[in-house]
Amino acid sequence: MGRFRGLAALALIIALLPLALPNNYYYDVAIRIGMNAIIVVGLNLLIGYAGQISLGHAGFVGLGAYASAVLSSRFGWPPLAAMLFGMAAVGVIAFVVARPILRLRGHYLAMATLGLGIIIYMVLVNESAWTGGNDGMSVRPFSLLGLTLASERAWYWVTGAVLLGAILLANNIVDSPVGRALRAVHGSEVAAQVAGIDTTRYKVRVFVLSAVFASAVGSMMAHYLGFVSPQVSSFFHSIELVTMVVVGGMASTYGAVLGAAILTTLPQLLATFEGYEMITFGLILMLTVIFLPRGLLPTIAARLRKAG
Amino acid sequence: MLSQTLQYLFSGLTNGAIYALSALGFSLIYNASGVINFAQGEFIMLGGVAAVLLTSAGVPLPLAILLAVLMVAVVGLLLEKFAIEPAGDADVVSLIIITIGASIFLQGVAQVVFGKGQRALAPFTGDAPIVIAGASLLPQSLWMIGTGAVIVLVLAWFFGRTRLGKAMLATAHNRLAARLVGINTRHVLALSFVISAALGAIAGVVSAPITLTSYDVGIMVGLKGFVAATLGGLGSGVGAVAGGLILGLTEALAAGYISSAYKDAVPFVLIILILFFMPRGLFGARVTERV
Repeated sequence: MGRFRGLAALALIIALLPLALPNNYYYDVAIRIGMNAIIVVGLNLLIGYAGQISLGHAGFVGLGAYASAVLSSRFGWPPLAAMLFGMAAVGVIAFVVARPILRLRGHYLAMATLGLGIIIYMVLVNESAWTGGNDGMSVRPFSLLGLTLASERAWYWVTGAVLLGAILLANNIVDSPVGRALRAVHGSEVAAQVAGIDTTRYKVRVFVLSAVFASAVGSMMAHYLGFVSPQVSSFFHSIELVTMVVVGGMASTYGAVLGAAILTTLPQLLATFEGYEMITFGLILMLTVIFLPRGLLPTIAARLRKAG
Repeated sequence: MLSQTLQYLFSGLTNGAIYALSALGFSLIYNASGVINFAQGEFIMLGGVAAVLLTSAGVPLPLAILLAVLMVAVVGLLLEKFAIEPAGDADVVSLIIITIGASIFLQGVAQVVFGKGQRALAPFTGDAPIVIAGASLLPQSLWMIGTGAVIVLVLAWFFGRTRLGKAMLATAHNRLAARLVGINTRHVLALSFVISAALGAIAGVVSAPITLTSYDVGIMVGLKGFVAATLGGLGSGVGAVAGGLILGLTEALAAGYISSAYKDAVPFVLIILILFFMPRGLFGARVTERV
């Protein structure tokens, strides 16, 4: 029951971490790590397991964030309804574009997903009557049945719970026939097809799922920060998300969480040195792929197994 | 009406020349190594930034241009030696991520050295616009279009007439066979990065007086170069030039007649539509005939 051991360990870390968090600033970092981890767990299904790159996932985060922002703040929708609507809409959009996009391979797939992300970003910047343009817009707090999520502490527990749920879901998919099919697609798409796997269908499913994860986190971020700007869907943010997958470890769900933790904390540490943040980020990305092609966690795990 | 259309065509050709140079850089490296170099745009940025820094330090313009191009060519060589070669036979996704890492790294370095602001290079030959049939054309635009044309001719001569150029083509065609006839394919790989970097730097220098330059100008022009290269068929030289010009013209006409706010979205909409209907992209020779 290895898969529940990992989940239990993470649940324990989440439960005990507040003892080590001295103030709201640290809570804030922990919440951001958790939110990024949820997106990255979803994206890892697509990149790590199915071997399909997406350079536009921040676009889906942006759509989720703005669905929540616009519907709840401009139209007075209940935040949960706005969030669910955002997830459904992103799911439909992802489903519609997935088939033609996922027929592409390698560079062409990178190009198409990148283009998709940039187009979403430009719509968010240009439709300023709705989105507030480059200045962004404020978002009202998340509330449900009269209860309002306001404090960092409350958000911490919500984010932790959603993260655990996302991991449970991802692990279930990985260990199901769908997961085996996805790994077969990663190994060799032709061989998978020959073995009778409808590869496109599985790729589409995991693409939609990872997009919906991203959208849900976009909504959470919008309410948590009380503010959204188009930067949430920028090309750089898409790259950050891919970096988290790659650094943590492709095809490793807990590696994805580790990647999110490292790359969310790092900019906070480097924030005072303008420019050096990008230098470090770029170096980490290059060095990881060159020297630890399988990512941190799988490499460490393999070393431990060899040693012990 | 006519003068307005002419105006759009001028601006389309000017930008198209830069996209074409960027696309040629993508194609050269892709041919030699199968890598899509996402740092191609940073070569363009570095060229402009280096020229601005050198001229403001008192170096005369022609010398500054030469030094900027040389410096960026060295950056291209270092990138190949320290990031692409050590990765060995990594898969496409890994190689894409390495070059993206390089791109972010170079932007960071430029931001530290150059700061966050935008600066312009002085136009090479004044800034009095030339008026043709009611449409005005900056002398610098002529420099951009002219430089693009000269480079295309030089490359055509290099690949068609010189041993080294033919060795590069042979490597692109079949690396193993090229090695068997005695071509040092490692040198070819390094050379392709040097040439691409130099091409990018030249594009960056000639466009810096018009488009201004800053640490982050490389992303967009690089991505558009990738679109242009894909449009013309990855790896095709003729296709890269045609793709660049088509992209520049489409963008300028769309900006003029449809929406200037969405000007930067045009290339991406175009490429997505093309990839949707032709999943393998268009191929060089065919695209030029069709359009």
